[in-house]
Amino acid sequence: MTDRIRIAVVGLGKMGLSHFAMVNAHPRVEAVGCDGAGFMVDVLSRNISVPIHRDYQTMIAKERLDAVVIATPSRLHAPMVTAALEQGLHVFCEKPFCLDWQDSERLTKVATDKGLVAQVGYHYRYVGAFQEMKRIVDSGALGRITHVLAEAYGPVVLRPKRGTWRTQKSEGGGCLYDYAAHPINLLNWFFGTPSRVSGSVLTPIYSEGIDDQVTATLGWDNGPTAQLSVNWSDESHRKMTTRITMIGTNGRLFADRQECQLFLRASDLALPGYQAGWNLRYTTDLTQDVWFYLRGEEYSAQLADFITAVAERRGAAAENDFASAAQTDRTMAMVIANAETGAPVGAPPLVAKPANGPRKRGWFARGA
Amino acid sequence: MATMDRLLFGDNQFFGINHMSEEKARAQAMRFQSTQAIMDVLDVAYDEGIRTFMCTTHDRIAEVADRVRGNPTRYAAFQFYPCMPYAHKYANAVTEHGMVGALRHFMPADGLLATALAGGKALATKEVDSIAKVLIDMEMKMFVGTRTPVIFIQNVFTDLLLGMGFTRALRIFDDHIREKYGAEPAYISMNMPMLLDALEREGIERPIICSNINKIGFRMSGGFDAYLDALRSGRVRAVAMSVYASGAIPADEAIHWISELPGVESIVFGASSAGNIRGTKALVDKYMGVAA
Repeated sequence: MTDRIRIAVVGLGKMGLSHFAMVNAHPRVEAVGCDGAGFMVDVLSRNISVPIHRDYQTMIAKERLDAVVIATPSRLHAPMVTAALEQGLHVFCEKPFCLDWQDSERLTKVATDKGLVAQVGYHYRYVGAFQEMKRIVDSGALGRITHVLAEAYGPVVLRPKRGTWRTQKSEGGGCLYDYAAHPINLLNWFFGTPSRVSGSVLTPIYSEGIDDQVTATLGWDNGPTAQLSVNWSDESHRKMTTRITMIGTNGRLFADRQECQLFLRASDLALPGYQAGWNLRYTTDLTQDVWFYLRGEEYSAQLADFITAVAERRGAAAENDFASAAQTDRTMAMVIANAETGAPVGAPPLVAKPANGPRKRGWFARGA
Repeated sequence: MATMDRLLFGDNQFFGINHMSEEKARAQAMRFQSTQAIMDVLDVAYDEGIRTFMCTTHDRIAEVADRVRGNPTRYAAFQFYPCMPYAHKYANAVTEHGMVGALRHFMPADGLLATALAGGKALATKEVDSIAKVLIDMEMKMFVGTRTPVIFIQNVFTDLLLGMGFTRALRIFDDHIREKYGAEPAYISMNMPMLLDALEREGIERPIICSNINKIGFRMSGGFDAYLDALRSGRVRAVAMSVYASGAIPADEAIHWISELPGVESIVFGASSAGNIRGTKALVDKYMGVAA
């Protein structure tokens, strides 16, 4: 097939190898690999037929490419994405997008101006249960959402050690960028960039000079207050677990990778199929099959969307575009600034008037 | 060629793996904290005539192997189908030590391979093969003195290698399992039709592949029809997992449907209660003929 698009996967570490396998297995793609470390390049170039490059600049200058998937340490994202966009390449970048949110906003503009597909790998937006949560939030059926708890736990740093780039501040490591970025990105999806961040504490437990634990309070104008609670030194979890809980004037909503649980005080016409009381939806039921399954449908699905957008020249990402990831970078910068100075970042959120009696749409929603 | 039993007992339930609910997964992890609790369930299955335990090479399984070795009379017919490696052990090691560091971590400290990796120079093809074999042998250590007639490679590894096009590694696995262990090499995959083609290109004929096979096509990547075509072609010896599609298909209907498919030699299932174990066994006997 001659119309296959050519995508280079850059950075063949843990995430990168997995991206490489999924991209390479995609029927519409011819894959290329790139990694700076000699070991991986040697082993792969002797054992697979795909070209593997060592030098990124040379590769994007010389290979005929349509797109790149950037899965290098976070510090390298901004310069590598900049170079790719300059070459007119579509970009899928691993999260977090850029360590400096001003880079994120600049690159968002460049990609938009050039009409390039620009996407970031926040895969939780492709998990069925969180997609259902988004649908429920947008429907308004929860009433006025006032209270949110956003959590992530897992077993990454369990003892003092030398570590890899993930535990080095200069490389963009740490629990905030690696773990907390996910629940923050989900909050951005539901509510946008917070107007105020306060009470942030970035705590090292085993690491030196970098956080293993993150807590913060986020507030939105006329929106909820969210508590962020994240810890990557928790061995009780087999792997990373992310969960969001919300309380609104018409009920309570919970989601994690497996399921979405909704308690409604009263059913709502905007949300057909859900009744008063408890409702349960499983990710397994909400998920479409993928062309190639490696480690969860969400990882395959986000790349499928990217590949489709590139192949069909749609000029923009279907989900997780640079602008949305820039919101997350901005939010993380607020958490860092707040943790450093102790002073709240942003203006106190405007507070909506307390709900008095039924809300506007309530007249239609009360019957069922 | 080893004949496989019709019904194999899986181990997800013992290790806090539940595709539906983290709460259930945690409750299971708590319940199976002690090896005795695992043995109690395995004993129910064994006494029902389910003698094959298809299990991850998780550290806890070493304790199960100890129990089985320790009571050869009780477990005269008990056999393991090891599934290697326990992926999180490697994933965590890579996070902790980096790619090369993780490999060194699993090599014997005094060996030539550790030295080769420490040197940071390019590895010869022969050395890559040797490293793969050492990794396999490390995973098999816990099963010494038990029966392991079929040995699987876990789906995350199979599918990672498949996706990368590094299928030569699967050939190394295949040869080593036959030569060193006299066992049948086998593959777990979430992409069975694609894997089957790739294995054939490596010269591996009629492989044993364990994959999701269920009436509603749940997690049958590559497409339901491609699975049925592969099964009908006689090119694969299939082990069906997720036959109930995480509970979406009634048990009787699920097993009945599987029993009419050509090419499915075995079903692997996990259960924690005697009732569910006996229920599945009775259905398999009913629809697939009484077999061990």
